[in-house]
Amino acid sequence: MRSLLERLAAGEVLIGDGAWGTLLMTRGLKPGEAPEVINLSRPEVLEEIAWLYLEAGADLVTTNSFGGSPARLRRYGLDAQTEAINRAAVEAVRRVAGGRAYVSASVGPSGHLLKPYGDGDPAEIGAGFERQIRALAEAGADLVCIETMIDLAEAVLAVRAARAVAPALPVMATMTFERTRRGFFTVMGASIEQAARELGEAGADIVGSNCGNGSAVMVEIAREFRAHTGRPMAIQPNAGLPEPRGGETVYPETPEFMAEQAKALVRAGVAIVGGCCGTTPEHVRALRAAVG
Amino acid sequence: MDILKEIAASLERGEDDRVAGLVRQALEQRCAPLDILNRGLIAGMDVVGEQFRKREIFLPDVLIAARGMYAGLDLLKPLLAREGVPSAGRIVLGSVHGDLHDIGKNLVAIMLKGAGFDVLDLGADVPAQRFVDAAQEHGATVIGLSALLTTTMPVMKEVVDLVRARGLAGRVKVIVGGAPVSEAWAREIGADAHGYDAANAVERVRALVAAGA
Repeated sequence: MRSLLERLAAGEVLIGDGAWGTLLMTRGLKPGEAPEVINLSRPEVLEEIAWLYLEAGADLVTTNSFGGSPARLRRYGLDAQTEAINRAAVEAVRRVAGGRAYVSASVGPSGHLLKPYGDGDPAEIGAGFERQIRALAEAGADLVCIETMIDLAEAVLAVRAARAVAPALPVMATMTFERTRRGFFTVMGASIEQAARELGEAGADIVGSNCGNGSAVMVEIAREFRAHTGRPMAIQPNAGLPEPRGGETVYPETPEFMAEQAKALVRAGVAIVGGCCGTTPEHVRALRAAVG
Repeated sequence: MDILKEIAASLERGEDDRVAGLVRQALEQRCAPLDILNRGLIAGMDVVGEQFRKREIFLPDVLIAARGMYAGLDLLKPLLAREGVPSAGRIVLGSVHGDLHDIGKNLVAIMLKGAGFDVLDLGADVPAQRFVDAAQEHGATVIGLSALLTTTMPVMKEVVDLVRARGLAGRVKVIVGGAPVSEAWAREIGADAHGYDAANAVERVRALVAAGA
């Protein structure tokens, strides 16, 4: 497989995968359980989901390690197993997709607000990211995917951690923005311009946005990112915001709708288009067909 | 400037370390504790809440203002209790079982306290029964439920059902909130209200308490 950054530099558009959480729930993950527990107890489930996304046409397949930082695992009393949990997440995807898709090692927020706003000690949170990312890299991840960040300071800690312990791996860093009257900001107050600059300065190779309010809004977010960065951009939207339908909650954006938005994302210069909450292998298949 | 306006302004400006001193000053000037609460702390937090709703300010600004508010409240609470001043109402709050997200719930707790409510925050990952037990035990008239995951939203219905099963419907109202939670969902599970953001949650809780009085 050619290197990810070479392909992006050559102007290729790549497809990410979709949501993992919902697929894990339908395969026995219980509410209240850490989603990463399954990495150790039933890795075959991870293989199945990785296969579904690979088969749907994903060029990048995400690992089930979003909550795999020790700060987050501690809430479940699992922090001592940080290495095993993250290693297993990568190994499962590699067994299925290794050499055929990039194994994108997910790193989510620590779950703590940094001091002085919360109880998170930056040095400790940063060291936790290093511990998680070292395990992901040693297990053979192809890139580090720092995602769903709302605090730019925490995102920068994660990017620096990746640069420090996995200097050979490309780093993708995406944040979640909401629309305000003054433009797009994270709930902690980071603008797209600040995110583009500071994530880039910290060493992110790919920047962008994930989660949020759906794919149409993401087109605007992508355009604003383009104005402030020359780096490749990644956009992985939710399938809209969930709506109740007959006792269940459903994400409203269909694969067809998202595929149309994906074309606009590519026109805005996005290099990696995937999905976040509420997206399925069907969404990925539609993205693949739309983007080619 | 009027000392009470000064207190409100210090919260709005994020000068959290000035608030306690100003509250002490107001007490020395013989301002009534309830006035200091209503026209100082609550007035200031109302503005902070509104500015956050419009995203003229962001979460860190609210958290700093909250720190000032708590410092002021700590001084006023014993005085209000001594004078027998009732709170705006008592509410039990938490993120439902299975949900560890608490940033939004914490924000609602801050805004409710800043609006003069007596808030019992049960934290995150709270089972249905604990909400209802706590409401009964502490005489709360409102239960606030937060969920950030579509997978944990059904726990909200368990709480509503349990309130009914214990014959508390009408006396204990349930308000729900969180990114995936909507007005339609609230209706569907039989909750009494939905708060679409922290400031709105305060308005809805005020209305629930007023309707129940």
